[in-house]
Amino acid sequence: MRSDDPNITWIKEPELRLAGRMYLPLFAEGLATTFRHMAKAITNPVTVSYPEEEPDIGNPLIYRGVHRLNRDEQGRVRCVACFMCATACPAYCIDIIGAESPWPDREKYPESFTIDELRCIYCGMCEEACPVDAIELTSLYNLTGRSREEMIFDKEKLLSVYDVTKDQEPTKSTRMGVKAPS
Amino acid sequence: MPSPEIILTIVKVALMIGGLMTAAAYFVLLERRVAAWTQDRIGPNRVGMPLTNWRLWGLGQPLADGVKFITKEEYTPAHVDKPLFILAPISILVAALAVFAAVPVGSYLPVPESWGLGDKVDLVVAPHMDVGMLYVFALSSVAVYGVVLGGWASNNKYSFIGGLRSSAQLVAYELPLGLGILGVVLAAGSLDLEEIIRAQVRDGVWYAFAQPLGFIVFGVAAFAEAGRLPFDLPECEQELVGGYHTEYSSLKLLLFLVAEFLHMILASFLIVILFFGGWSLPFGLTGAADAEQLSLAMGIFRLLVMSGKVFLVIVFFMLARWSWPRFRYDQLMALALKVMLPLGILNLVSLAVFYELRANITGGGGWGYEMLQLLACWVVCGAAWLAVAYARPLVADNRPRRDINSYRIDSQV
Repeated sequence: MRSDDPNITWIKEPELRLAGRMYLPLFAEGLATTFRHMAKAITNPVTVSYPEEEPDIGNPLIYRGVHRLNRDEQGRVRCVACFMCATACPAYCIDIIGAESPWPDREKYPESFTIDELRCIYCGMCEEACPVDAIELTSLYNLTGRSREEMIFDKEKLLSVYDVTKDQEPTKSTRMGVKAPS
Repeated sequence: MPSPEIILTIVKVALMIGGLMTAAAYFVLLERRVAAWTQDRIGPNRVGMPLTNWRLWGLGQPLADGVKFITKEEYTPAHVDKPLFILAPISILVAALAVFAAVPVGSYLPVPESWGLGDKVDLVVAPHMDVGMLYVFALSSVAVYGVVLGGWASNNKYSFIGGLRSSAQLVAYELPLGLGILGVVLAAGSLDLEEIIRAQVRDGVWYAFAQPLGFIVFGVAAFAEAGRLPFDLPECEQELVGGYHTEYSSLKLLLFLVAEFLHMILASFLIVILFFGGWSLPFGLTGAADAEQLSLAMGIFRLLVMSGKVFLVIVFFMLARWSWPRFRYDQLMALALKVMLPLGILNLVSLAVFYELRANITGGGGWGYEMLQLLACWVVCGAAWLAVAYARPLVADNRPRRDINSYRIDSQV
């Protein structure tokens, strides 16, 4: 595009008044902004001093923390080993081995279900892809471990996350007042 | 056995260097805390006493910073000019430290006669230096060599542009800096920094109020010489990575950063000494200018007053960093050469005229004439400021010209 192109709209910058040209209002304004923020930093800083203070994670329904595998009413794993989550996963961190289900109401169940929590990017695609609301992201954010192996969560670990968090965080479909698909 | 004077000088040098290095380290912490506060954060407050759990509001941070710098890899790129690359941080730090030999940190302290030092000790490494001011400005100009050497020896375009900008900026702002000082020298009649403080006490008014125009010119130039925002073009991170010290690492980088803080401390000392009365407070709280003997308490009080003033100026330096945006390069140069230089000359000429008139017409004059002169200086300052506002030397329209046919130029782009 050339500078004499008719499509360019040329804007004239507003003329400075005398006060603006003398720099004094700008000088005062800059200092005033600085002092306002310093006052705010002392009374109400945005910093969260983490181990002493817990951060506010906002709405737990949309927070994406550690995964869990939900159980149904009879305490069985809900997952039907359809591989939708593993397919949707952009980081390829979900590994499922399916097997024939021991229960009559479904055909398959996961014999093993592992998530590499270090590879996971916590995008929530698995949760969205799941047709039976089996995999969910909880609002637990302080996930730590001492080795890489420790951070590879297997089925039992993921189910135990559900057992630990089910009281504070029932399944998302329950909380949103929707009937869970079965 | 060396003479007591030599021992005294060695002690003073050791105290000065130790104090300055510690001060520079702690001003880094203060800078980080102020930066955090102005961004609604808390800032570094975790590192306290080593090997304990005492946090002490982050006062251990400078130690951790220093250890980090020393233990980092000392990397010298293969493409640099090695002797100059090593010489640059050394020269800049040596110059920055040597300046403080002539800078008084207080007035003097009484000592017992039995020490063989007379009855008082001046709180300056090289006392009664009649060319003190010349020495300070000669050495602070040497800083530009470190910057230019660093930028050139790094053999890298960002460093080179940083060094180039820095040398142009420092050379341009030397002029208003010198002109700002000349008014003070004219009023005090001496180049001795201690004598300038005493002259302000005798006059009863600090030169910041007696020569507002000179203060503005000097203050702006001092900011630019210290390379602080809004004049930190030599090393603006957004444009030049790190400017002239892009290629430096570990201890060499530390020397550059410490030298930068020393420049800021020096600028603060000079502003306080030349324009805010050094160790003095108004209403005679700090005693007479030429008192023959001071009590120890008064000597220490003057030292504290001066340190407090320098501290306040440094805090202002740090606040200024977060308050105003950086100048564009052409505005920076226009400010030095089109605004500050004429204002400095105006300040000097008007002061010379006022002093000459007062001396010739009134024979020195009393309080009334002094007040009249003060008023005249403020009028000159206001008039000059208005003239600058109307002339608008910093406004430059550098958008493409539409009145000339730019077809050919555009087709080449």
